[in-house]
Amino acid sequence: MNLYDIVFYFFAFVTLASAGVVVFSRNIIYSAFALLFTFFGVAGIYVLLNADFIAVSQILIYVGGILVLMLFGVMLTNKVIDVEMKTGTLQTLPASVLVALIAGALCGIFYVTDWKIVRGVSAPATTTNSLGEMFMTTYSLPFEVASIVLLVALLGAAMIARKDRLPQIKNQK
Amino acid sequence: MSGIPLNYFVFLSAILFTIGVVGVLTRRNAIIVFMCIELMLNSVNLSLVAFSAFHGNTRGQILVFFVMAVAAAEAAVGLAIIIALFRNKQTVNIDEINIMKW
Repeated sequence: MNLYDIVFYFFAFVTLASAGVVVFSRNIIYSAFALLFTFFGVAGIYVLLNADFIAVSQILIYVGGILVLMLFGVMLTNKVIDVEMKTGTLQTLPASVLVALIAGALCGIFYVTDWKIVRGVSAPATTTNSLGEMFMTTYSLPFEVASIVLLVALLGAAMIARKDRLPQIKNQK
Repeated sequence: MSGIPLNYFVFLSAILFTIGVVGVLTRRNAIIVFMCIELMLNSVNLSLVAFSAFHGNTRGQILVFFVMAVAAAEAAVGLAIIIALFRNKQTVNIDEINIMKW
């Protein structure tokens, strides 16, 4: 068991344990902060897989962007922090049956499938070069479409979340 | 690469996905459901990066990048919807948000 394996198991443990806290914690603030450790654990595994650019984007986008958004959401929608005590007991049995089915199917398929592994490919020192090249050549159209999607989502989010201010209509009434 | 086979990464991603499904199915707070969707997206990204690394090309990471972009858009719009819901109904409990239920 060399250092690489130990680091893999460490990050896997951090990821799964904090994901469990996200799901099963009673306090929503704890869930939000456990999500931070999940994102960091996944980023560590990206680094182990030689995906440096993706790992840095994971930290920037998820931890820096999405998680902060989530925390704002939590703080804007909780009147009293620990009102939400109810974990659904109604659908626990069908949910656990369904989850067991999903987990069994996924793991069974992953175990049975003979994945094609290209051996002897020396991983490049950095993936940023090749990723940037592909974004600007082969995948330039999806790249631009992604930027438009982000712009539209930004506008839509601002439209949905803001208060409806219709003073002139109110004055007419 | 290393001594860790591809299967371990893929199983990790499967377990992470399953934890996300548990959260979506059992929790009642809309924001927790939202976090669990992010967990599921992350697990898919993880498997994509693992396949990309073991296959020896970086195309899979392009797809991961697009998934991240869409996840960011989804987070922004979803949280806006949750905040609008909270303003109207004073709750984010998805059992009580049944205005469109027949």
